[in-house]
Amino acid sequence: MIGYLLSIFQDYTLRTVLLGSGILGITSGILGTFTLLRKQSLLGDAVSHSALPGIAIAFLLTKSSSPVVLLSGALIFGWVSSLCMMFIVKYSKIKYDGALGIVLSVFFGFGLVMLSVVQKLPNSRQAGLNKFLFGQAATLLKEDIITMGILSGIALIITFVFWKEFKLLVFNPEFGYTIGLPMKKIDILLTCLIVVAIVTGLQTVGVVLMSAMLIAPASAGRQWTDRLEIMAALAGFFGAVSGITGTLISSKTPNMPTGPVIVLISFALFAFSLLFAPKRGIISRLISAHKNNLTFKNNLKTTIRR
Amino acid sequence: MISPQFEIQLIAVVTSLACTLAGTFLVLRKMAMMSDAISHSILAGIAIAFLYTKDIHSPLLIVAATATGLVTVFLVEILKNTNLVSEDSAIGLVFTSLFSVGVIIISKYARNVHLDTDAVLLGEIAFAPFRRFYIGNIDLGPKSLYIMTAILIVNILFISLFYKELKISAFDPGLAFVLGFSPGIVHYGLMTVVSITAIGAFDTVGSILVVALMVVPPLTAYLLTDKLKFMILISAILGILSGILGYQAAHLLDVSISGSMATVSGIMFFLAFIISPQKGIIAAFRQYKKVKTSS
Repeated sequence: MIGYLLSIFQDYTLRTVLLGSGILGITSGILGTFTLLRKQSLLGDAVSHSALPGIAIAFLLTKSSSPVVLLSGALIFGWVSSLCMMFIVKYSKIKYDGALGIVLSVFFGFGLVMLSVVQKLPNSRQAGLNKFLFGQAATLLKEDIITMGILSGIALIITFVFWKEFKLLVFNPEFGYTIGLPMKKIDILLTCLIVVAIVTGLQTVGVVLMSAMLIAPASAGRQWTDRLEIMAALAGFFGAVSGITGTLISSKTPNMPTGPVIVLISFALFAFSLLFAPKRGIISRLISAHKNNLTFKNNLKTTIRR
Repeated sequence: MISPQFEIQLIAVVTSLACTLAGTFLVLRKMAMMSDAISHSILAGIAIAFLYTKDIHSPLLIVAATATGLVTVFLVEILKNTNLVSEDSAIGLVFTSLFSVGVIIISKYARNVHLDTDAVLLGEIAFAPFRRFYIGNIDLGPKSLYIMTAILIVNILFISLFYKELKISAFDPGLAFVLGFSPGIVHYGLMTVVSITAIGAFDTVGSILVVALMVVPPLTAYLLTDKLKFMILISAILGILSGILGYQAAHLLDVSISGSMATVSGIMFFLAFIISPQKGIIAAFRQYKKVKTSS
């Protein structure tokens, strides 16, 4: 066991990859906290699917598969897709869920068109755009990790700087308006950060499952506490744990895509929290319901005796 | 002998019709994202049934996939009813996990069969005419055309039989309950239809196009009319159009057919969004000007 752990720390490639998935877990966990509390959980699903045409077009325009280029393409399209959803909800009678469905499927369909254009090019195999579908942590390079690290670092620093404003946006935006804060701009800023968090995870988890990384760690963290700070910290921790263990398992098992393993581990952490968290958890609720029942019966007995 | 090009378009049209019919009621019940969830999670059912039967053509796969679609709906409801998770989070948690199970099983145990994760997700309708339906030695046409036609007939029957119930429970669930329609039966009935449609369609066009066809044409029609009958009619026409135009565009440019169909439906939505008679951007702008000049 110790030998195994040592071998992890000595294996340079694996160390790089683990660092990447850890960063991804922390960022998506913390920013997922905000999407969860704002009831925008499926925003991540739409944005991550919508990033696909961005990746393909960035490759077509530059013929380069460097992470900076591909991720910028993903960022632009992810951001445009979130704007489109805002537009549809604001200027038509279509509700949020419908806007999500439209943007997700149309952008992804357009992405498929672009991907099929890419695949006709000679040497397109090397571009490895297919790994963006389900994620392949094993192919992460040092260059990728540096790009991911810088992007998530910036996103996290901005999150901490604007923590109070985001907190207000989540819990009481009306109050924010009345004290004269530009809540619309704060909303747009938060959405941008969420897009950044999603894009950094695309290479590891893939566009299809990235949304789970925003939802599961945050939902798990939510069960343990009622405080935003603790919830975000827990979500970041759960995200990192699922990212790292998922990557370890998938890199040690042949034919195992990374994204699905990470998602299943984060779901397991969520299910554990749902059952066993103190106060909110299902089991502790059952116990307290049982206790209440007992005290009620005892009280009833004593009252009747009197 | 019909040309393969014509066959592909025929399959595309039948698939679009089946999807838009089921999608109209899904969208009206504000459950658009359920199509996304179901079309992904049925993969787990197919993969597990495949592990068991080792036969990709076994009808058990379809049964298992339908069951998984219903399990998805059921699990989402259980999670929602704990009051610890919101409905959209529950959807996101359930379908991503089930889909992960499916992807893992397929990439571990089904490497060498026609059950490729890419094919499942993206679908390739261009290959549909190669899988033929034979009775004895007589070639009766592509298999998926028969499957989708059967599903289309089921959808038409379901909607025409339960039109009233579906309509009332979509627009006024409270009234439906008071009148004695069991909301559960209507709900799960619709979900079964959606699951079956998704299974049939995703074999030919991939799971994301299922979402595109179930959500985009009905919502485009929703922008253009206030009457349910017209909404169904318009979304069927738009579905057919996106099937044919999408195929033609893909053929012309030599790109992915299912992707091109989704893109065409998106373009049609965009047009409706701008020029819709009462609610479009142009109409809203005119209204704005009118108010401005009159005041």
